[in-house]
Amino acid sequence: MTDWSQKYEMVVGLEVHVQLKTRSKMFCGCSADFGAPPNVNTCPVCLALPGALPVINAEAVRLALRAAIALDFTINLQSVFARKNYFYPDLPKGYQISQYDEPIAVRGTLRVRTPGETATHDIAITRLHMEEDAGKSVHDRYPRKTAIDLNRAGVPLIEIVSEPDIRSAAEAGAYLRTLKQILEYAGVSDVSMEEGSLRVDANVSARLHGATELGTKTEVKNVNSFSAVERSLQREFERQCAMLDRGEVVRQETMIWDASRGTVRPARSKEESHDYRYFPDPDLPPLILDPDYVARLRHTLPEMPRQLRQRFATEFGLNDAELDAVTAESSLAAYFEGVARAHGDANAAAKWMMGELAAALNETGTGIRDFPVRAPQLAELLDMVRDGKLSHTAAKGVFATMRSSGKSAPVVAAEMAVTQVGDDSQIEQWIEEVFAELPAETSRFRAGEKKLTGVLVGAVMKKSKGRADPKKVNALLSKVAG
Amino acid sequence: MAVTETDIRKIADLARLSLGDEEVPAMTAQLNSILAHMDVLTRVDTASGTEAGSDAITSAIALARDVKSAGAPLRGDAVAPFPMNATAPMLAPDSEDGFILVPRLSTHEDV
Amino acid sequence: MRNIIDMTNDAAVRAADPQFGRDGLNIVVATNHESSLANAERVALAYGRGDAMSLPGMAIAVKDNIATLDMPTTCGSRILSGYVSPYEATAITRLRAQGAVVVAKTNMDEFAMGSSTETSAYGPTRNPVDPARSPGGSSGGSAAAVAAGITEIALGSETGGSVRQPAAFCGVVGVKPTYGRISRFGLVAFGSSLDQIGVFARSVRNAAIATYAMAGGDLNDSTCADVPVPTTPEPVEAYRGRTLDGVTIGIPTEYFPPSLDADVRARCDVAIEVLRGLGAKIVDVSLPHTELAIPVYYIIAPAEASSNLARFDGVRYGPRAADVSDLREMYQATRSRGFGAEVKRRILIGTYVLSHGYYDAYYKKAQSVRALITRDFDAVFASGVDALFTPTTPTPAFKIGAVTDPYEMYMSDIFTVTANLSGIPAISLPIGRVGGLPIGGQIMTRHFDEPRMFHVAAALEAALGGEAHA
Ligand SMILES: [Mg+2]
Ligand SMILES: [Zn+2]
Repeated sequence: MTDWSQKYEMVVGLEVHVQLKTRSKMFCGCSADFGAPPNVNTCPVCLALPGALPVINAEAVRLALRAAIALDFTINLQSVFARKNYFYPDLPKGYQISQYDEPIAVRGTLRVRTPGETATHDIAITRLHMEEDAGKSVHDRYPRKTAIDLNRAGVPLIEIVSEPDIRSAAEAGAYLRTLKQILEYAGVSDVSMEEGSLRVDANVSARLHGATELGTKTEVKNVNSFSAVERSLQREFERQCAMLDRGEVVRQETMIWDASRGTVRPARSKEESHDYRYFPDPDLPPLILDPDYVARLRHTLPEMPRQLRQRFATEFGLNDAELDAVTAESSLAAYFEGVARAHGDANAAAKWMMGELAAALNETGTGIRDFPVRAPQLAELLDMVRDGKLSHTAAKGVFATMRSSGKSAPVVAAEMAVTQVGDDSQIEQWIEEVFAELPAETSRFRAGEKKLTGVLVGAVMKKSKGRADPKKVNALLSKVAG
Repeated sequence: MAVTETDIRKIADLARLSLGDEEVPAMTAQLNSILAHMDVLTRVDTASGTEAGSDAITSAIALARDVKSAGAPLRGDAVAPFPMNATAPMLAPDSEDGFILVPRLSTHEDV
Repeated sequence: MRNIIDMTNDAAVRAADPQFGRDGLNIVVATNHESSLANAERVALAYGRGDAMSLPGMAIAVKDNIATLDMPTTCGSRILSGYVSPYEATAITRLRAQGAVVVAKTNMDEFAMGSSTETSAYGPTRNPVDPARSPGGSSGGSAAAVAAGITEIALGSETGGSVRQPAAFCGVVGVKPTYGRISRFGLVAFGSSLDQIGVFARSVRNAAIATYAMAGGDLNDSTCADVPVPTTPEPVEAYRGRTLDGVTIGIPTEYFPPSLDADVRARCDVAIEVLRGLGAKIVDVSLPHTELAIPVYYIIAPAEASSNLARFDGVRYGPRAADVSDLREMYQATRSRGFGAEVKRRILIGTYVLSHGYYDAYYKKAQSVRALITRDFDAVFASGVDALFTPTTPTPAFKIGAVTDPYEMYMSDIFTVTANLSGIPAISLPIGRVGGLPIGGQIMTRHFDEPRMFHVAAALEAALGGEAHA
């Protein structure tokens, strides 16, 4: 495949829809939860019954502001909800209430580091606005009919629109991962692409390097993971470059990502002539924010990943890889800090989290919030390892049992009888027994053949069923040898 | 500004109203005659000191707002749906298993 | 207690009388005798228990665009044929809490789009004063219900004069409260920034009681103001016989153009003299942007309507066109068959003025001019004028079918739309008859100054006495 990036530059802008973590919907008191039977979470407002009117959810506003503050946006103290008019059966009112020319926040930035690169790139974000979600259309359940579920209709969203500042598929991926991380830290959303609480539409165009004008863009849709965003952008970029190289004109259209084939294809549906006829929603006066309230929100925002990373680096002396791992999510960072503080050895805590803990989370698919071994309990386990009460190998077994039983490390270690023996007289006794069983090796060892240390330590460990503290065994053997 | 028959067809399409070919000329004429009365507005100077855009749009609301000295009222995030004595599927002309059913769009895209 | 049930029963029987139905004056489009009586019994019980009520056992008729649980709410449209709302309008709930009982839903112009009640899918309502004439509109059914004596009080809705104009045509009192005074929750939207539930009554007093019964903040309507509501009926009682000493009443010259019907002008002149005689200081004032009100209104109201009426798509409720091959056809067939000509016309105008390339020239411009109209009122009220007196309509009731040009019909709202555009309260009351046809006089006051409006209206009503209906 041609490496088009030598000749052409990829230009990407991303539109990200994020579902806010509220209990009720954006404009009515219906539950915003997923998983209810179809159309159960509906009321006159979100069904758009004649005469029903919207009322703004304060918590949605609070969460949108938190997101905006976390992303360094300028907050508009007055913003306006507008109607975006179009017909679709999962859009009950025939319009979506969204913000248009006066959004709640403008001009944000996101500092992004693309993997493999050392420099960071500040991506400008045009706007962050509040809007409501549409319902769900199910096309394949009934013959010739579309089934509508309006449980999701009216769920609060923020839409975050970047400038066309992204220059590669990998950078798009980095932007999304960083954005997700910040929103997760700000506590505004579950930010899960799998569960649909984060959705991405990508606008992509290609132009010759050095060109200042933007090329014709296409919109890539139906992408449901960050890596799929990267792959689909790359495919679409290649398609456009090939066209430009043949002297063809790129058409502005919507492209569908086909994940199973790893290809993009034009959307089959004929392009509607969109004219959304935006106008301010007369049912909703402007949203006017109290500057003191915004200032208070600014102060209550938790530490963002960048600050936290810096603090962990200075306070705990972690390296980049460790910092990446323990600050990936705010809950993970809090967990790490809990373990590191209780245990004292931050490096040991980070290693355990990157190794055993990461594997355990991966295996069960649970998040750290639901992980049964809490930070103080893990710290206790690490304490035992440091104090020579458990070998690293034994500690892994204890950790596994702690996960299933919920019991503490000392209890599990005792029950499993794996507590490391550091008692000199016991170890000396095992050594004596080994000396008796392996007279030849013992005499050569006593004669100064140091390479036999390993054999003898192994034998002692075996005799102790792994419970002897190998450091102690080593030390006592050297005494004999010395 | 005169409205053409093409405009009328486009607008009718946007509004999901179908106009018969025979209706289009009459509707075009009516709209033009009504809109001609609106052209008087173009001669009004609204540039100086008039609140334009959303402020003016909600002028009536804004007056109510002045009394309350704040913008849109906000509601708390409680799950408290307005009660109804019928469910969504009961109201819908066609429904099954709790879903509201509609004819599928012929140009529907499976995504 | 017996009395409350009897009163309701009598009204329910009147409401169901064929002379007021489709083959007669076509005032009433739905009744539910059983439910009305059940509600009356509940009121009687509560009243007997000693619950405080301002309208115990008061039978009311309700315009067909206000959501009620026990009778259909169809907005005079085929697109809502048979639709019964599963929830109730805040205004209705509040009236019921004060002891009122709904006995009928009344005819109206389809989706309140009209000034004659001729655009209804149920056919035109006839004016009880003269069945050859229109009762006005769009709340013609409710105005006629009070004029015909079916109920003492009826609810209408206003977007551009749809209560005051039919009140004037039918010779009853009609109130449009301040925008935001009464919750719109449950009022089917036409032009959301203009819509307001209004009241018809035979007397200013009853109109005030009903207005106050519904007024006050509502957490289900973001545009409803939490402004203190006068308690009833005391302030209303206090208006009786009170003079207008110290009250300045402005007469806006723009509302008395040379083209004004001579009879209307004559009755207004009498009323102004009566007001002066009551002690009011009468001053000439100017509201220079008045002539722009109709163009502004007929951009803003259809624009909002085109969006508000998008929900009538056959998906979630109401009848749906069945003989269609796909979704798009379903939308078009349902909407084209469901809406009448005037509604379609306004949806098209509204869609046009909001569409790409025209928004600034029409919609945005109209909003700017709307601000100028509001500013006219602000300036006059700031100059010390407490109330304005004008004719309600340029002419008395016209004959059914007489007005065929849409714009000519729109012009019958010329004196009323300004209050909707600026949000101020306004009342129309009978100030006499000419050739048997009622003439209405209008009083407008500052935002939320309904007490002053009712005071002036009650004083004028009392001073005119039998003259108002002669
Ligand atoms: Mg959006
Ligand atoms: Zn709801």
